Amino acid sequence: ATTAMAKLILLCLKFVTLCGSIGAVFEDQVGKFDWRQQYVGKVRFSHFDTHVQSSKKVLVATENNVFAALNTRTGDLFWRHVDKTGPEGSIDALLQHGQDAVLVVGNGRLLRSWDINVGGLNWEIVLDSGSFQAACLSGQQDNVKHVAVLKKTVISLHYLSNGHQKWIENLPESETVDYQAVYSGGNGEVYALGVVPHSHIAIVVYSADDGEIIKQVSVEAPWLSNIQGSCAVISQGMLTCVDPAAVSLYMLDLHAESQMTQVPLQSLGLEVVPGFRPVLVSTQPNPAQQPLSEFFVQLGPENYVLLQLNNGQIVTLRDFKPAMLVSFVTAGEKTVAAVMSPKNKTVNQSDTSNENDHFLTTACSINLFSAETGRRLLDTTMIYSLDPNVGKPEKLYVQAFLKKDDAVGYRVMVHSEDHALSFLQQPGRVMWTREEALSDVVTMEMVDLPLTGTQAELEGEFGKKADGLMSMVLKRLSSQLILLQAWIAHLWKLFYDARKPRSQVKNDVTIENLSRDEFNLQKMMVMVTASGKLFGIDSKTGSILWKHYLEDVPSNAAFKLMVQRTTAHFPHPPQCSLIIKDKDTGLATLHVFNPIFGKKSHVTPPALPQPILQSLMLPLMDQDYAKVLLLVDDQYKVSAFPSTKNVLQQLQEMASSIFFFLIDSSQGRLSGYRLRTDLSTELIWEVVIPTEVQKIVSVKGKRPNEHVHSQGRVMGDRSVLYKYLNPNLLALVTESTDQHQERSFIGIILIDGVTGRIIHEAVQRKAKGPVHVVHSENWVVYEYWSTKSRRNEFSVIELYEGMELYNSTVFSSLDRPHAPQVLQQSYIFPSAISTMEATLTEKGITSRHLLIGLPSGGILSLPKMFLDPRRPEMVSEQSREENLIPYAPELLIRTEWFINYNQTVSRVRGIYTAPSGLESTCLVVAYGLDIYQTRVYPSKQFDVLKDDYDYMLISSVLFALFFATMISKRLAEVKLLNRAWR
Amino acid sequence: VKMARLLPFQIAVVSTVVFVLCSDFVYCNNGRRVGDVMDTEFSGFSVPLEHSFEVDDVAKFQVRGALVLKAGREPGVSLTQNQLSEEDRAKLKEVAAVDGLYRIRVPRVFLQADRQTERQMEGYLTAFVRACAMVESHLSDVITLHSDVSGYLIGVSIVTLPGACRGTEVEDEVDLEVFNTTLSILAPVNAPGPETALFLERMEQETEKKGKNPQEQKSFFAKYWYLILGGAIFLMVSNSAQPPAGGGREQS
Repeated sequence: ATTAMAKLILLCLKFVTLCGSIGAVFEDQVGKFDWRQQYVGKVRFSHFDTHVQSSKKVLVATENNVFAALNTRTGDLFWRHVDKTGPEGSIDALLQHGQDAVLVVGNGRLLRSWDINVGGLNWEIVLDSGSFQAACLSGQQDNVKHVAVLKKTVISLHYLSNGHQKWIENLPESETVDYQAVYSGGNGEVYALGVVPHSHIAIVVYSADDGEIIKQVSVEAPWLSNIQGSCAVISQGMLTCVDPAAVSLYMLDLHAESQMTQVPLQSLGLEVVPGFRPVLVSTQPNPAQQPLSEFFVQLGPENYVLLQLNNGQIVTLRDFKPAMLVSFVTAGEKTVAAVMSPKNKTVNQSDTSNENDHFLTTACSINLFSAETGRRLLDTTMIYSLDPNVGKPEKLYVQAFLKKDDAVGYRVMVHSEDHALSFLQQPGRVMWTREEALSDVVTMEMVDLPLTGTQAELEGEFGKKADGLMSMVLKRLSSQLILLQAWIAHLWKLFYDARKPRSQVKNDVTIENLSRDEFNLQKMMVMVTASGKLFGIDSKTGSILWKHYLEDVPSNAAFKLMVQRTTAHFPHPPQCSLIIKDKDTGLATLHVFNPIFGKKSHVTPPALPQPILQSLMLPLMDQDYAKVLLLVDDQYKVSAFPSTKNVLQQLQEMASSIFFFLIDSSQGRLSGYRLRTDLSTELIWEVVIPTEVQKIVSVKGKRPNEHVHSQGRVMGDRSVLYKYLNPNLLALVTESTDQHQERSFIGIILIDGVTGRIIHEAVQRKAKGPVHVVHSENWVVYEYWSTKSRRNEFSVIELYEGMELYNSTVFSSLDRPHAPQVLQQSYIFPSAISTMEATLTEKGITSRHLLIGLPSGGILSLPKMFLDPRRPEMVSEQSREENLIPYAPELLIRTEWFINYNQTVSRVRGIYTAPSGLESTCLVVAYGLDIYQTRVYPSKQFDVLKDDYDYMLISSVLFALFFATMISKRLAEVKLLNRAWR
Repeated sequence: VKMARLLPFQIAVVSTVVFVLCSDFVYCNNGRRVGDVMDTEFSGFSVPLEHSFEVDDVAKFQVRGALVLKAGREPGVSLTQNQLSEEDRAKLKEVAAVDGLYRIRVPRVFLQADRQTERQMEGYLTAFVRACAMVESHLSDVITLHSDVSGYLIGVSIVTLPGACRGTEVEDEVDLEVFNTTLSILAPVNAPGPETALFLERMEQETEKKGKNPQEQKSFFAKYWYLILGGAIFLMVSNSAQPPAGGGREQS
């Protein structure tokens, strides 16, 4: 036993010395180089916690299946529950009563109750199957005890205290009647409201005690098709519906068997905006009591009217025009209406080409009105200023409270169409803003920050054309002077800051003082979100420096972000291009902007009337140092952006060496094209993978900014094995159409993107997707699910040219006749993975790591060394010489490999890596529901001195040595002199 | 791993054999029209191999030869091809001079189908090489056909040996007459799974080795008898020193 132990320890030691693994963070480094931001997603339901007067909570249930409580003072999360993605975890309804929040989850699959104080689960029950329609709280004598859940065919009542089912009843005639709403007015009855479209309304009244059907009524309503969209219950059980065709309200007393009474809106003096579908807004402050008799009807996009049902008569209380949003809110016994209306409109100056007067709202005002009278409450105005780069407000959530003098005070949470949440306080102070669009980042890039003014000045000097010796000297002197001045200012600041206590020294990053740091560790993260909102985030602190909302982005858009000009070309501003493509039509638009400030560029993007098939960035630059972007349309015609004369000339010269490929995965067709001088294209190769057998699921090329430092690997016998470094290589992954676990397979095809030559073709049998691929240098790593062994496996393919290089100076796909050697090895991985990426460093000297996002929220940094097909099965002298780790079929997950320690990143979807100015350091951003930024050092910080480096010791030793040599030299001289005299 | 290494070797052998055969064909069957469907001793079937080289780079494919494909578990392929005519030779040199492309194409076929009608499918697989490389290599090309798991041809590739265009002038027209083609067909390689069996075997061997080593087998006592003995003696000595004092008190 002892020997085994000793062997094990030895093995461990060997591993430690071999891998030189990244050390975990020290406790005092937590949060120093990394940050995390947690999001919830687009809000679907929201309620303020009202059961305590001084509560600071607001509950949100979102489209991302997240249920969370936010702190209303700061906007931070109190707690958050992330459910399954997809329809299984979708939140159908959120009801709140006291300190319990009841959620219906997964299309009526589960009923859950949460304690909102601590976010703990009170109870959870599984409901009977059936698609969910509606839910409401039901009470009796001011006591809310039950929750009613209406499904397609059944209605059930559950206790709020423990979730137990009180009763469940089948809905009568559920084949024909579409039950859509459930209502309870606090009198011990539960109403299920259904409709037979264009025929009649069916009302079934159940007793809350035993589920007995008290009454069943059917009322003619040939104009009605949807209850939820056009009806509301007001006052003492008056079902009120609006019919856009007849421009009338219909009212029905649920208690009395009667006909619907028609009230034309015109008789109330109201007019509907043509083509607009009126909407009713009602409120039921307490589920154990009847709804209020006041309600809003929306008559147009900016017109609401507050109505009241008074003794069976509808009275107009107030007409709000213009009004964008309205909301009822109750504080104590008082119910008020909050109305948001545009405050001042200005003509949009930038849009002068538009003939119509295009108004732009710059601010909105929110006011409170008494619900009973419609009178405006004094001192309740709040100003909400609209940023032109931010979406329009979409919904108001109002938190009202009673002040000491019994007046109503309120705060507002505004939900805008770009998924942002802003919390406002009187008189319009924005307390916090949550950019929930960031919960759905689609793509991102990191851009170097610009140089400081002085640095730029110096750079500019070299950039300009020389004009005479004298002026050059003067220019040089002036820039040197500026540098000196800046240095003195810097010293002064250092001295000044040193005297202040540390806590007071603030280094707020703003867009004005952005500048590159010494090692280029701080960058601008440009993030593109699915909602069409772009963000510029400082990578050091995570603060949002700019945001820009792109309106009319199609919901199924695909985005591609490219950096056309970096910050290196002062005085030309950096430039990014974002291609937004509608996946259905293929039509694309181009948004060109400055990635540092987020402003739209003055460069007019080309109009793209044709669907776009492919876009590619060439290393060519125009005279303004912007890289050329080629767009290929469905006629296989190519357009260039920018398309100046200079660019077109360059393109003509280069045309015969510009190749591109198109992949049509629906037909399994890969085709290669070459550019012609007239910017048309010619088909030069074709590969067809029959879709009957397998379908292409992903294609991975190499990153263009990747550097490979060493051309080969030194073997144990001191010979060199050269890597096959084909920059045009594509890794194609296919999945079999046959999903049977014995016959399913995964295909890996390595294909040259220029010549269409298949370099390597392999099948992984009895394997299934989803496949995650990383393609870099001379290797491809992929992960799949093995259906035979029921586990996740990793496989690595490495390509080598052999012991000698064919042409060591330049790589050309057209002239590389020999096929590379292919080595492959596979390993067992103990976890499923969400996403995978490889680290990237400035010069490619640092060893590579794979960054693996796990479903558990961890981000694993796995040394590539463990995924090496040359790991020997039998250890030999040579393999030991080469530092190869002996083959072990299983890759272990070691806890110190987690780069995000306890900072779980929920639902990680992508990892972005960027090199920094330090060769040892790679910047990492993981995004999903959360965003996490950190740095990794795959080969440790070999180019950085440690924090605790002893400068005193080393300098004192140096000085001592210096003096010692001086003295000994002197002594030696004296001695020589003496000897000479002798 | 062994299989993967063996396969290219086999293919190389097969293709050299094939090559010898087809060079025979070239000489014997000059009068025969190629491109026709014909049965051969391979019991395979034939599809045309076409090529195109035009000065204006607009593809005009002409028959270059006939590929005879052998279906079945071990797919084989052979090629009969025509010589380049005088006219074609001149054109090829011309195309090479303007750095045009030399393209080839084969129809998409399904090797495992039984009937002829099922074998051919719509569309072609195309590949290209620079015409100058074709000229400078004296028509020595390597054509590889790639099939997928179930026997569909998915791609074709062509490279010349040597592959570079150095601008050397080919004087002798005879060098551009006969194709010197190396032909092979490649099926996908089976990717290896994790090698658990071998690893376990190795572990077992190691434990066995340990077992055989007599030094390791010694029992605890056999190994540390001197320490135990030393300890025992020490205990005995310390015990024998104490009793008189304790015993004395008990007696009193």
